[in-house]
Amino acid sequence: MNTLIKNGRLIDPANGVDEIADIAIQKTKIVGIGTEIPQSFKADETIDASGLWVLPGIIDLSGYLREPGQENKTRIPFETYAAVSAGITKICCMPEKHSPIDSGATVKLIRSKAKQAGFARVSMIGALTEKLEGEQLSHMGSLKYVGCVGVSQGWEPMKDLATLRKAMEYAATHELPLFFHPLEHSLMEAGGMHEGALSTRLGLPPIPVAAETAAMAQILTLVEQTKTPVHFCRLSSADSITLLKQAKDRGLPVTADVAVHQLFLTEMDLCDYNSLCHVIPPFRSERDRDALRLAVSDGTIDAICSDHQPHEIDAKLTPFEESSPGISGFETLLPLVLRLVEEKIIDINQAIAYLTHKPAALINSNAGTLQAGKKADLSLFDPKEFWQLDVDQLLSKGKNTPFSGWSFNGKTTQTFVKGKIAYKKGE
Amino acid sequence: MQLTADGKLKHFLTVEGLPPLLLEEILDRAQQFVSLPNKAQVQAPLLRGKTVMNLFFENSTRTRTTFELAAKRLSADLINLDIRNSATTKGESLLDTIRNLEAMGCDMFVVRHPSSGAANFIARYCAPHISVLNAGDGKHAHPTQAMLDMLTIRQQKGDFTPLKIAIVGDIKHSRVARSQIHALTTLCAGEIRLIAPKTLIPEGIEKMGVSLYTEIEEGIKDVDVVIMLRLQHERMKSALLPSVREYYARYGLTEERLKLAKPDAIVMHPGPVNRGVEIDSHVADGPQSVILQQVTNGIAVRMAVMSMVIGTRAQGDDA
Repeated sequence: MNTLIKNGRLIDPANGVDEIADIAIQKTKIVGIGTEIPQSFKADETIDASGLWVLPGIIDLSGYLREPGQENKTRIPFETYAAVSAGITKICCMPEKHSPIDSGATVKLIRSKAKQAGFARVSMIGALTEKLEGEQLSHMGSLKYVGCVGVSQGWEPMKDLATLRKAMEYAATHELPLFFHPLEHSLMEAGGMHEGALSTRLGLPPIPVAAETAAMAQILTLVEQTKTPVHFCRLSSADSITLLKQAKDRGLPVTADVAVHQLFLTEMDLCDYNSLCHVIPPFRSERDRDALRLAVSDGTIDAICSDHQPHEIDAKLTPFEESSPGISGFETLLPLVLRLVEEKIIDINQAIAYLTHKPAALINSNAGTLQAGKKADLSLFDPKEFWQLDVDQLLSKGKNTPFSGWSFNGKTTQTFVKGKIAYKKGE
Repeated sequence: MQLTADGKLKHFLTVEGLPPLLLEEILDRAQQFVSLPNKAQVQAPLLRGKTVMNLFFENSTRTRTTFELAAKRLSADLINLDIRNSATTKGESLLDTIRNLEAMGCDMFVVRHPSSGAANFIARYCAPHISVLNAGDGKHAHPTQAMLDMLTIRQQKGDFTPLKIAIVGDIKHSRVARSQIHALTTLCAGEIRLIAPKTLIPEGIEKMGVSLYTEIEEGIKDVDVVIMLRLQHERMKSALLPSVREYYARYGLTEERLKLAKPDAIVMHPGPVNRGVEIDSHVADGPQSVILQQVTNGIAVRMAVMSMVIGTRAQGDDA
């Protein structure tokens, strides 16, 4: 099936393209844009994209698909469909305690379920240690062989620094990118929030900034020693950004991302014990949020992700401390990032770059562009559609979002994955 | 959230944010209940036909018993539920427990729970005709305790404005201290001092309008009221303090230290008292101690609050 998308505004920051042009898809691949479309190309279907944007498919560095192991929360087809409905064509599935991706069999199972569903593509970040217990190294060689794009310890602690160092070296042996959530568990308690006057007032367990920076500093020391590249996941504080910047300035091979909700909400959003704002790392002060925004605008941060964590409704219908952390984020990733453009934090090209070719590079992929020869993963976006988020309208099974009632400009209308329509609005 | 549209008390979840007049109304009402000469006359049928459920997800003797007595003196039907041993240990969620108790017909929940914000949570999700009284939630609030302390101080000292008050001990884990601070600042107490080692002082508490002291000798100087807090034994295990002995040596309220306070200073403690840990027995039983008066006032304050929230209910959705 050949498709010609005509007259759309193509935004492809990887190639410096931002222009009105046609784009041709042959079977699974892009064969050309504008004048480069070969004469021989014959379209079976032509889509008029006048007034619409044509964006490279979003690559989301962090989504929790909950399968296998937590089918009570959701299943892969629901979440991958929610993703394509919001322009996300590739999800990096993170390992977690109840669904550790620590064997070839699990990787194959997740992949086959995603393939069968036929919506967003799923890449897996494997477990760094067996069952994420932090002691024994996982079979990283096999995980690489079956296609894991990286390894991570998720939110679980490592036994000690020696194990951490060896795990880093072994991952580097297999050229597996390392994804670390910097978090010193002994400095925090479950069910907590940012340490400060507000945590004291609410009586919630405090999670100090030092829980993040202490862990980061340890990892950075090991990076310095072993020269192993490391990616820091979901930074939350101004001090972490300072550490990151210093490390980058010293030439250390480190990168980092931020979850999009950290760029909007702060500890103040918890003041009525709103469990929908229970996330790890916690929302911090306004100063921290502003530092994260600045890091996005000056390029210190390398990618923005959704950190999608769908939950069953009961997981949040408890007192704050007992609620499960996380936000169902696929469907608000692009809308929130575009809000940063409206607020003049970044321009549109930076915004799309943070969601496409930049995260792709972190998993050693050259996807995330609209270049000829690349897989046709792309979406059409109507910038004029004004909408308001109604949780019941979310396609994800996880209705846990604090952004209910927020209004946004623009919505994804159609998404192609490998040249096939994976989502079309209204169908 | 705890007030009705016309400013009446609907739930009692925290002292924070309540207007001074409302706190004074609680104290005035409680004082009336205290002043009634004997029990027979105290029997006021304000809660006749109403069902009060004591929901205790945590240990308590004093608070639960005084709530129970308060409800009975107001002629309510009272059910005591020791939840630790029943539903939730079988896996039932808090919300399901609440829904089931609602279905049995209930007008008021008295809740104690180990999670901060649990009483707010129940107030948000329970049926609109029900009132929720917080009997202690996590490290957040214990508003009736704070109010019975305020009543005790007012009975002893009258006006709050000239008073210097010291709160000594484990502020970090204390919902009592937090509620006392809110109550004292709302009632315009002259000066509030917190005395504790740095490990027991939570981040940013000075923003609540208090001054911090790490030396008890310095902090207790010339105060009118000394409030001692209970020290839990598990604090030693979590490396907050080296030992009970050292704590007593540095922070225990002894007769010598009490002499540094004003000669007519009163000594308070929310109980249960750890003799020889935070307070010397001679002080706890001494002439300046008002610890038992606090307990007595507990019943009156809880009667006052119960009668006030039931009052607001009648005008709204009683049909």
